[in-house]
Amino acid sequence: MTARAQAIRPRGLTRTEVAQVLLRGTALIALAVMVVVFGALSPTFLQLTNLEILAKQTAINAILAIGMTFVILTGGIDLSVGSIVGLTAMIAGLLINEGLQIGALGVIVYPHTWMVMVIALVAGALVGAINGLIITRFSVAPFIATLGMLYVARGAAGLLNNGNTFPNLVGRPELGNTGFAELGAGELLGVSWAIWIMGALALVAWFVTSLTPFGRAVYAVGGNQRSAELSGIRVDRTKLVVYMISGLCAATVGLIIASQLVAAHPATGEFFELNAIAAVVLGGTSLSGGRGTIVGTMIGAFVIGVLTVGLNQLGVSSFWQLIVKGSVIVLALVLDQLQVRVQRRIALQQQAHADVAPAPAG
Amino acid sequence: MNPEPQVTTPTAPGPDPDVVMRAEGVTKVFPGTTALDDVTLDVHRAMVNVLIGENGAGKSTLMKILAGVEQPTSGRVLLDGEEVRLASRLDAARLGIGIIYQELNLCPNLSVVDNIFLAREVAPRGVIDRRRQRAHARSLIERLEQRIDPDTQVGMLRVGQQQIVEIARALAEDVRVLIMDEPTSALSAAETEVLFRIIRDLKAHGVTIIYISHKLDELLGIGDRITVLRDGRMVAHADAGDVDVSWIIGQMVGRDPSALFTRTDHPIGEIRLRVRDVTLPRVGGGFLLDHVSFDLHAGEILGIYGLMGAGRTELLECLAGVRPESTGEVRLDGLRLDEADVADRIEAGIVLVPEDRQSDGLVPTLSVAHNMLLASLKRYLRRFWLVPEWERQAVERYIGDLSIRVSSADQPISSLSGGNQQKVVVAKGLMTAPRILLLDEPTRGIDVGAKSEIFQIMSRLAEGGYGIVFVSSELKEVMAMSDRVLVLSKGAIAAQFERDQVTEEHLVAASAAGYLRAAAAPAPGSALAAVGVAR
Repeated sequence: MTARAQAIRPRGLTRTEVAQVLLRGTALIALAVMVVVFGALSPTFLQLTNLEILAKQTAINAILAIGMTFVILTGGIDLSVGSIVGLTAMIAGLLINEGLQIGALGVIVYPHTWMVMVIALVAGALVGAINGLIITRFSVAPFIATLGMLYVARGAAGLLNNGNTFPNLVGRPELGNTGFAELGAGELLGVSWAIWIMGALALVAWFVTSLTPFGRAVYAVGGNQRSAELSGIRVDRTKLVVYMISGLCAATVGLIIASQLVAAHPATGEFFELNAIAAVVLGGTSLSGGRGTIVGTMIGAFVIGVLTVGLNQLGVSSFWQLIVKGSVIVLALVLDQLQVRVQRRIALQQQAHADVAPAPAG
Repeated sequence: MNPEPQVTTPTAPGPDPDVVMRAEGVTKVFPGTTALDDVTLDVHRAMVNVLIGENGAGKSTLMKILAGVEQPTSGRVLLDGEEVRLASRLDAARLGIGIIYQELNLCPNLSVVDNIFLAREVAPRGVIDRRRQRAHARSLIERLEQRIDPDTQVGMLRVGQQQIVEIARALAEDVRVLIMDEPTSALSAAETEVLFRIIRDLKAHGVTIIYISHKLDELLGIGDRITVLRDGRMVAHADAGDVDVSWIIGQMVGRDPSALFTRTDHPIGEIRLRVRDVTLPRVGGGFLLDHVSFDLHAGEILGIYGLMGAGRTELLECLAGVRPESTGEVRLDGLRLDEADVADRIEAGIVLVPEDRQSDGLVPTLSVAHNMLLASLKRYLRRFWLVPEWERQAVERYIGDLSIRVSSADQPISSLSGGNQQKVVVAKGLMTAPRILLLDEPTRGIDVGAKSEIFQIMSRLAEGGYGIVFVSSELKEVMAMSDRVLVLSKGAIAAQFERDQVTEEHLVAASAAGYLRAAAAPAPGSALAAVGVAR
């Protein structure tokens, strides 16, 4: 073996990378097949306007799934994102329609629209931080901690307006809080803000996971927490931050939905967490942590998006849609596991040959 | 190269009536290691076939293959001259192959009877016939000359009795070949005697025994044929009558162990690390570490020896900052580090290479390169992002320096052999540019070649002015590599030896010191053994 000479290949794809692409392949192939099938069955499916609708619908799930990817990479799970969507939507609604009551003075402050957004985002990150603190400080399993938050945040969302909707979130010019609907309805270069935001977040998340020490820490914590700790990685801090990222992504979605509807309803985002988890898992991220990519998550989100939009256009009943969606998720993972097993066997056989007939030293 | 081992090639292929079972050219690869490398073993009919070798030589793996628990990567198994496929434990059991595992494989929540008949319940028409099972179990236990109530929960029995149940379970099957993987490790002398009687009885009834044990004198007493495995290869095969204990040891160890060590004499410099009164309380009272103080100089290899549980690993963990509950003073070049966590101490220049590379040293999901970089990521940072080019250069350099054998730095860490994985963990530590290196059993579970390379690396580092703390439970290693040896016993320093004073006797005596002082009552196991002998 010429081990030393080709110890590292500076650029281009290595064998493992190719293997990874192939592993990711199941979702990608499924995506391509579905686009072709729906394109053939429905003449409108591949029209540009339809594709934009598709991307816009996918954006909601994709943004949640990006946050969820960080959490799952550390070996955790965040079941509270759907409720955080609802809570932050309601916070935005409250701030626009009723403002902030300060103390007993009866003074009501109406923050600017951009401040409303910042406050909602901070609130989302804070809820995430609470999740993270409960998980790290009190060693509560992420499933339980975030399941609790699923209820708590949903309840809090209802309390903000006694279970009622904040309607008509247009603001008033004299208060300087108009323009909230722009986020949901507005466009840049003919493309909705939601799609831009999805793209930007995906880019940042890809960058963070692959090129920053924090990203490396996320993978290491999910792969082997003890070993990460002994390598000087601050495990608790890393976990705290991933739940904050997830909360932040959920708040972003809460704002987008409230803005699209120009209304905030306390039930907004119910079951979103399950769609997000499905997208992450479809994208090849391991629920046990340490393995997965943002690119995979985006593919996973689009698989779900295409499936939903395509089946809708074909007029498939919503019950059948659920059955198809569930089957696709499980089938993709079955194929994934098969491939992993085959690959492991090949690797072991290669190793057996290499070890039985060792190369001369030197 | 190493001297040619004595290999008596097994007799030519073709059914030999004396050979009941044969493993032929069996190779078994686990991620990272080759457990068995083209092993051929003949199992002789109605004899006690002894299999012997050091830890990790592959004995248990071979037995698991014969019992259908594991499947060989390549090679085949023959029974009475015909190839058999043992895809599962059940397949082997149907062919009359029984196994008593090294680790107890009982369900502690079930009764003795339920365990004995697990997965082969006496259940005509689908309903378990409890009475028959209980009667059968009782007769088996009586045969083993034990008094155990068959309805007791197995979890309530002491370990030796559980081992008896395990044996009873094997006897309950109608076996032709019975594999015993260290069956006496938990038995008292009297219980062992009973077992040996049963083995002779089984032999007389034509049952073939495959027997694994570490107790060498015991083996020569019970065994008929002896096979020695070393590093996954079969190295020797002989009649028990023709050999003695020293022959066995020679075959097990193989090469002269002293040839492993490389040591260059190098000057020892100033004090770098001062450790004062490091104390770690034990949960439930007492100390894991009891006021440990020492100095470490630049260029010094400080060996730490002690028995299991003496506090060696804990000491290194305290120094590395993993144990925030410890007290005492740690100064590196005058800088106090008592409050610093792992990350701060790595920054200051102390890094730990942990004992258990699978659970503490490596992240199995990451590549070789990413594992190596994990502790030193800050070094490859430009503003907020990692520079792949710098990472690559660093990884390349250390792969070369430590001669880590990889085909690509991006390959998964689990595909490396144990020795190369260990070198990756060492590289990860070195890449933090430490001043003090804490090595906890750096040679555990790696092959001889890799061991010798690790020693070379150690002496090179010492020459370069690193201070090295080196924990090992192998006397020869500690003596050969250390400039000074501290002996820990029950969490306290029991003795300290300079390089020229240290002898094996000194180390052993000192490591037991703490236990002698505290030995008011003998351990329960030994008391039982004594009672057993008296009976």
